[in-house]
Amino acid sequence: MMAHASTSHTFPDNARAALDDQVLQRALGNLKQGFPVKRAEVVADLPEFEALRDVAKDIKNHTLDHLDAYLEIYEANVVKSGGHVHWARNAEEACEIVMAICRDAGAKTVTKGKSMVAEEIGLNAYLDDRGIDRVETDLGEYIIQLRDEPPSHIIVPAVHVTKEQIGETFRAAHDGLDPERGLSESRDITDEARGQLREKYFAAEVGITGANFLIAESGSSVIVTNEGNGDLTQTLAKVHIVVASLEKLIPTMEDALAVLRLLARSSTGQEFSVYTTVSNGPRRADDLDGPEAYHVVLVDNGRTAMLGTENQDMLRCIRCAACMNHCPVYGAVGGHAYGWVYPGPMGAVLTPSLIGVENSGHLPHASTFCGRCEQVCPMKIPLTKMMRHYRERSYQNGHGGVIGGIALSLWSYFASRPRLYAPISRVVIWGLSILGMGRGAISWLPFATAWTRHRDFPAPQGGTFMAAYRRGDRK
Amino acid sequence: MSTIDASGSRKPPMKVGLFVTCLVDMFRPSVGFAAIKLLESAGCIVEVPEAQTCCGQPAYNSGDRASARSVARGILDAFDGYDYVVAPSGSCAGMLSHHLPELFEDDPALQHRARHLAARTHELVSFLVDILGFGDISAQFDGVVAYHDSCSGLRELGIKSQPRSLLSKVQGLELNELQEAETCCGFGGTFCVKYPDISNAMVEKKLADIEGAGAATVLAGDLGCLMNMAGKAGRKGSRIDFRHVAEVLADDGSRPAIGRAR
Repeated sequence: MMAHASTSHTFPDNARAALDDQVLQRALGNLKQGFPVKRAEVVADLPEFEALRDVAKDIKNHTLDHLDAYLEIYEANVVKSGGHVHWARNAEEACEIVMAICRDAGAKTVTKGKSMVAEEIGLNAYLDDRGIDRVETDLGEYIIQLRDEPPSHIIVPAVHVTKEQIGETFRAAHDGLDPERGLSESRDITDEARGQLREKYFAAEVGITGANFLIAESGSSVIVTNEGNGDLTQTLAKVHIVVASLEKLIPTMEDALAVLRLLARSSTGQEFSVYTTVSNGPRRADDLDGPEAYHVVLVDNGRTAMLGTENQDMLRCIRCAACMNHCPVYGAVGGHAYGWVYPGPMGAVLTPSLIGVENSGHLPHASTFCGRCEQVCPMKIPLTKMMRHYRERSYQNGHGGVIGGIALSLWSYFASRPRLYAPISRVVIWGLSILGMGRGAISWLPFATAWTRHRDFPAPQGGTFMAAYRRGDRK
Repeated sequence: MSTIDASGSRKPPMKVGLFVTCLVDMFRPSVGFAAIKLLESAGCIVEVPEAQTCCGQPAYNSGDRASARSVARGILDAFDGYDYVVAPSGSCAGMLSHHLPELFEDDPALQHRARHLAARTHELVSFLVDILGFGDISAQFDGVVAYHDSCSGLRELGIKSQPRSLLSKVQGLELNELQEAETCCGFGGTFCVKYPDISNAMVEKKLADIEGAGAATVLAGDLGCLMNMAGKAGRKGSRIDFRHVAEVLADDGSRPAIGRAR
């Protein structure tokens, strides 16, 4: 089910606009200098990093292979600790369940931690449309909420926004903000947001968070944050709702700890996130704090359809964003150009898995297959192989593109027939040699303007290798 | 010529089938001849099967599995009977050694042949170093060069130290490392014409890195990447030259660089 319209079919235009956006380009430059460098340092400091990747992959594969059993164990343990588990087949059901809990709690104000599955199911708009005062408590999410934008990255949602823009956004949104007050430094921005959010934490009847892990053996949910906003969201509200997709399940706390050793290192280049928070049901009689009620909304929204297929590997994803942090295409155009919830290489695979290859436009094609995403993926997801699988599906559906399709068919025809290929390639090379004569390069080529728009086309040396070899030339 | 292995026994020379690659065949035959020269210096008997065309990657990576298969079928026939198959390209060698067997998942007989071919296929420079232990380079190239690690060679085949170790034996050559030697140049086969604007942004960044390294020449093991970078450098009026690493190793570094007039 699609909670959002995808603009992935206009990816080349989106990309063009992104490339022309100087502010965005500056922000993306900072991203590239940041996370990949830090990741390389902390990975180099952990000799067992590679071995841990195999351990984590095995844990997740095992969990996915027995997901039905672990889900039941998890549910039983949540109930045992006094919580409620709700099963949502799709985005609409998930939103309805959350809204019903909010209504029962008489909620006017709802605080919310950062959650990609909430983006996926369109929960934000759903709550807003029904009169809920929704307050995003993650700083980046808060900024883009005020700017009415979707996230452009799965861990730093406002990576596309500069500090100057944040200052402007706060001045426009926060009534009574002293015009003299400086908002140019990170510290000022954080203080201003914190001041606004404090009141909301106490006012909120319901706090919604996502989950990085759902632990079957204890019925716990685990979230990692760097701001501590998750803790406040889930402990200060009367009702805590965890919204999580099925593949967040993991058998034990020990398993979660193994994967956690990879998560922050792969994502922000930290050894561990600042806060790792474990929740277990509602407040007990002798607890000092905690919510009065604890609900978990388990969202399928296409996951079970991926189980047991070649797409299952993608369910190992722990949303660390290493793939997009290292992707040269993401680095060039940013997250919004991809046109749906999940950008970068993981989005290029997850999006067609969830909303169908026919709704995913260019995403599986928008990669040079350089393989850097796979190299850094802590869960060893074969991202390029999976993108190629979706390219095959899209080719079968006739989405090869007319011109591209004809060129490819012609090429395939000759490449499968060496006797024809040799004379044809000689003629092509003869023609190109004439065009490039004297200069060594061709500045405009019919049928190849996509190349010559930005580059010269190096002219051939003249004559094919095969012809020269047959003649007995040695040079 | 024959070689002597570690046990001291004389072995017949290896018979190598050269997979020329379509780009070398059409655009830069000198790379093919450089490959032959290097392989022969290392004691191999080199043959070039006439019935070869392309590795099938344009179709394979565009999702046209049937065409990729039909091209691959021809490769299996053309390269039957060689001890090794060697290509002056990490990308094409990677296609043969890592992806060909996948194309025949529903045909055990052909898949067996594809696996056999895959196991015998190597990229030129890594074949010289890793399989033949060859280091007898006698070549001269004066100037500062940078080496760009093409993605498939680097990540699929683990080619990183091999070209550098052979280049260190070239007289007069000084190697300056790029800061982003492992970042894609934006070629990506059909990617560069499907998404020309993004590809251009990537090759612009690559060129800025190259300019920062102070190299007069950039070497790489894949003609696709080289043509992309050379084409961009040419359009910008840059004086940096681009050459295939095999040419320099075979002491053929004085001919016009890629995209330069004769």
